Amino acid sequence: MDFPSGLSYSKTHEWIQDIGGGAARIGITDYAQNELGDIVFVNLPETGDEASKGERIADVESVKAVSDIISPLSGVVKAVNKDVADNPESMNADPYGAWLIEISDISDHEELLSAEDYRAFCEEEG
Amino acid sequence: MKLSFEKSRDGRSFPILPPLDVPREDLPEGLLRKSPPRLPQMAQPDISRHYTELAKRTHGVNDGFYPLGSCTMKYNPKLNDEMAALPGFTGIHPLQPPETAQGCLEVLFAAERLLCLITGMDAMTFQPAAGAHGEFTGVLLIKAWHDARGDKKRAKIIVPDSAHGTNPATASMTGYQVVNVPSDSEGGVDMAALREAVGDDTAGLMLTNPNTLGIFDKNILEITRVVHEAGGLNYYDGANLNAVMGIARPGDMGFDVVHLNLHKTFSTPHGGGGPGSGAVGCKARLEPFLPKPRVVRCKDGFAFSDPERSVGSVKAFYGNFLVTLRALVYMLTLGADGLRDAAQNAVLNANYMMKGLSDVYDVAYPGICMHEFVLTLEKLKKERGVSAMDVAKSMLDYGMHPPTMYFPLIVKEALMIEPTETESRETLDQAIAVLREIRARADSDPGSLHDAPLNTPVRRLDEVGAARHPVLKYNFDGVSD
Repeated sequence: MDFPSGLSYSKTHEWIQDIGGGAARIGITDYAQNELGDIVFVNLPETGDEASKGERIADVESVKAVSDIISPLSGVVKAVNKDVADNPESMNADPYGAWLIEISDISDHEELLSAEDYRAFCEEEG
Repeated sequence: MKLSFEKSRDGRSFPILPPLDVPREDLPEGLLRKSPPRLPQMAQPDISRHYTELAKRTHGVNDGFYPLGSCTMKYNPKLNDEMAALPGFTGIHPLQPPETAQGCLEVLFAAERLLCLITGMDAMTFQPAAGAHGEFTGVLLIKAWHDARGDKKRAKIIVPDSAHGTNPATASMTGYQVVNVPSDSEGGVDMAALREAVGDDTAGLMLTNPNTLGIFDKNILEITRVVHEAGGLNYYDGANLNAVMGIARPGDMGFDVVHLNLHKTFSTPHGGGGPGSGAVGCKARLEPFLPKPRVVRCKDGFAFSDPERSVGSVKAFYGNFLVTLRALVYMLTLGADGLRDAAQNAVLNANYMMKGLSDVYDVAYPGICMHEFVLTLEKLKKERGVSAMDVAKSMLDYGMHPPTMYFPLIVKEALMIEPTETESRETLDQAIAVLREIRARADSDPGSLHDAPLNTPVRRLDEVGAARHPVLKYNFDGVSD
């Protein structure tokens, strides 16, 4: 299981990458894609939508179930990754490359973990 | 096997409609199609063989064990179908004058009375055609009730995390925000979280009891009281009524609305997508909002009547009438004692199977279960690389339908087993033996389980490919688009 350092992580299994200028990219972690299994569909927000920390921002459908993606940040959706919408399997193949949403004007965030703490958190979850 | 489109030959046909015995009426020119639809053209023997061939490739309750959890795949007595085939029930039209269809109206009236008695409700509609359709109708009643009182703050529906996925979907479709409450360590609703979640914005709670873990929530009276005290209403998802039918009534547990899956509990066909029936019952205070029309007793017999503040119709006419009729036949055949026996045997069978497996598989919530139980194969997957999917697929090779997989979502590598009351002890013993053998193979030859099934018409299907690149129509020109 991969936990790249340099990223922040949420307890709901999203990764957050600071891209400067008060903006960040988010995606789902390697642990999350492994738990979900083969992802077949992703439902992304629209550019300009509001993101609220702790609330659903997108959802992914795997062969097993539909799961919410919880926004770790409050802000505005600046961009969405249309390539991932067309190729949802890229979330399985390259979870840290397949970013989903860019959020700007960040005003607040959930409790975020370092790579090391997130790894420990996942090990606890089993 | 070939598709009917591939078997089609121009000009082949056979008459299926009786000769026209009323004056011919033509459609207006503008509504006529310019070219005939490209339907398969086949002779009767070819069609008969085609469907027989398809039937041989399926597995139904008439073929063998079908322990699909939460779906209550009980055997449907043939008497139901015989009664539903009586010409007095089939040779009618929904628009004919009610005084000429009194027997059919009495069927709806009698079924409503009996089901209200079983659920502890006061009134019922048979319009909804499926469980989720019933949920939607039931939550519309809740919404109509709050609206009628001018109570506009009620924006949230509370749903436990063990709920059927249709519950949050229903709340969302009805315009409500879904609030999830977690389960406690025994699999019931976490009472502290529930108390935290309710407030003056609570429209209601959706709950199935016993829940999807096969556990009867011992706090049920407290749960419904907390919601009522907050001003919300309680919705009972009747998917699991088979465990308590004739024994405990949702109306007595504090529920205000209930939907029943007649195609589960009351032995009507599940079919390939229908026709089903998601009958909705409610307490008297919600009766004025029920869909229209309803059957009422009048001086000379039975008549149709529209509830005064009806939410409208949710399906044409009176729902799937012949399904309601089958449910009535089932209830009248079994009687009160028989229905209670059915529920008790459903619970006994589930506990018997659970006990027969609990030393080789992990039970998610050990203890006495109701009509179903959930295994968790998390450890097996970690230690042997054998998943719930592998075990389920392996069962197919033994001529059994797999249990529900990967549900409820709060149990990892879940297998949810509901044997129902209609299975004999021999069938249960055989199913236990098969699941034990598969468990032994997970130790001795796990690879063979990854390859399963071997002896079915199709091997393991490419579900991911089907979901990512669905082929939804026949391609006449042989060119993929």
